[in-house]
Amino acid sequence: MDLKGYVHKFSDDVNTDYIISGRHKFKTLDMKELAKYVMEDLDPEFYSKVISGDFIVAGRNFGCGSSREQAPLAIINANISAVIAKSFARIFYRNCINTGLPLIECDTDQIDEGDELEVDLQQGVLHNLSKGIDITITPLPAVMLKILSDGGLVEHFKKYGSFNFD
Amino acid sequence: MGKTIAEKILSNKSGQDVKANDIVVANLDFVMGQDGTSPLAIQAFREMQAARVFDPSRIAMVIDHSSPSPLEGVSELHRQMRVFAREQDINFYDIGEGVCHQLVPEQGHVGPGDLVIGADSHTCTYGAINTFSTGVGSTDLAAGLISGKLWFKVPETIKFILNGKLPKGVYSKDLILYLIGDVTADGATYLAAEYTGEAINDLSVEARFTISNMAIEMGAKAGLMEADQKTLEWVKQHSKKEFQPVKADADAVYAMIKEYDVSKLEPQIAKPHTVDNVAPLRAVAGTPIQQGVIGTCTNGRIEDLRIAASILKGKKVHRDSRLIVAASSRQVMLQAMREGLIEIIMEAGGVMVTPGCGPCVGTHNGVPSDGENVISTANRNFKGRMGNNKAFIYLGSPATVAASVINARITDPREYI
Repeated sequence: MDLKGYVHKFSDDVNTDYIISGRHKFKTLDMKELAKYVMEDLDPEFYSKVISGDFIVAGRNFGCGSSREQAPLAIINANISAVIAKSFARIFYRNCINTGLPLIECDTDQIDEGDELEVDLQQGVLHNLSKGIDITITPLPAVMLKILSDGGLVEHFKKYGSFNFD
Repeated sequence: MGKTIAEKILSNKSGQDVKANDIVVANLDFVMGQDGTSPLAIQAFREMQAARVFDPSRIAMVIDHSSPSPLEGVSELHRQMRVFAREQDINFYDIGEGVCHQLVPEQGHVGPGDLVIGADSHTCTYGAINTFSTGVGSTDLAAGLISGKLWFKVPETIKFILNGKLPKGVYSKDLILYLIGDVTADGATYLAAEYTGEAINDLSVEARFTISNMAIEMGAKAGLMEADQKTLEWVKQHSKKEFQPVKADADAVYAMIKEYDVSKLEPQIAKPHTVDNVAPLRAVAGTPIQQGVIGTCTNGRIEDLRIAASILKGKKVHRDSRLIVAASSRQVMLQAMREGLIEIIMEAGGVMVTPGCGPCVGTHNGVPSDGENVISTANRNFKGRMGNNKAFIYLGSPATVAASVINARITDPREYI
């Protein structure tokens, strides 16, 4: 799976309240609607700036805080193709795998706002096309790859009725 | 090689001899969801084409985050939860019963040695009674509802040894804020925390819940304590179930061991807009405060209300400030009424709202205005958390909040004790 798009850069410790605020997420299960408010408290213009396929890039501990799955779902519905960060908070990490949002863990110091990136998830390489450099990405454990390759945890359960990693 | 509490519980529940970094599928003793996460889980449950939950007695859903409903959209999501709860015959706590993390242990659903998931990040609270409990999202919750299982990466553990006795006027909230400030918001990411030592032994079980509750604020997957005599008595008062307490082995291997002497600790404050932005109270003393909040899954228990009432007794909330109080459950509120605590709080000018999450998560019950400063006993002070991204949230103990609203300024509670 090749992903290509432009970078929207954020700092460390982006929490799930910033990704989608509690004042919106309790109202509806319509993720297209919630997507309009993604990152609103950090950048009110964010949703309107995204071109389909773009990346969110951040520092450490992306997705910390509440367990709300609306966070990855709203990101997916804002047409972001993947989140790239130095590290992720663990509940957010699980939620992304379960909902099918690719996560890329790597050093993000050499990625800036507006850079164009191409990511090859199979090969585990991120190309920063704007800077002409390649960055190695941390591979996902087998269990998570299995859930992602089934299309998320809902599809995994539809297929097997329970967990099946054999 | 010895095992940590996390390794032992995940070994017991997976039927394998596991160590840190193994990935296992384990059996769940209890599964919980609240109104911000259950509706999506119910949708996933239907999409997964399941008919029945694995065991209705081991599942609870709680309406606490927006309770009673402030909006028609929320009302519809609550309706979906009520329909699901009746259809599946699970434990169901409707509006006003309390915060999920008070109810799950208070109602005796969980205890020492159990493995529990909850679709709420503060599910780590039950670690205080030796439960490996951790927060998950809605699709994991759906998988748990159907199969009674979940996959886990067995975490390494960071051990906190807390020596000495907490001084008067300094509480478990001050202690956990101090620890979070020290290790930072991602200092324990992917790790379980174990809290041990004289300071923990001295605390009541209620005060210990405050510490385990905030383990997630340092990124931890669980906030575990061993079960001592106090734990076993507390659990016996609340539950008829049999439990298997788990201790860490003396030769268990830890990712890190942090040791502290708490005997000189002062009241602590987390400043806007991150929980690890912690300073001694004196560094921010005198900061104007327009709203105080006492309650939430961190500090809405009977002991917290007793401490607050002891400071508010015979005093008035300052006219430049307001005080909003939410008991963490119906049982807690009833007990507070019997003890006359509600009368003291209301005579002082405090406002009681429905037992539940109160204004913590910005859905209702006291959204601050632009530029206002709030001091709260909650566990998060993120920008916009309480519904206004132009407000400023400070976190402290119930005593600190009570003292601060009397003066409409951040105030050291030791002046009133």
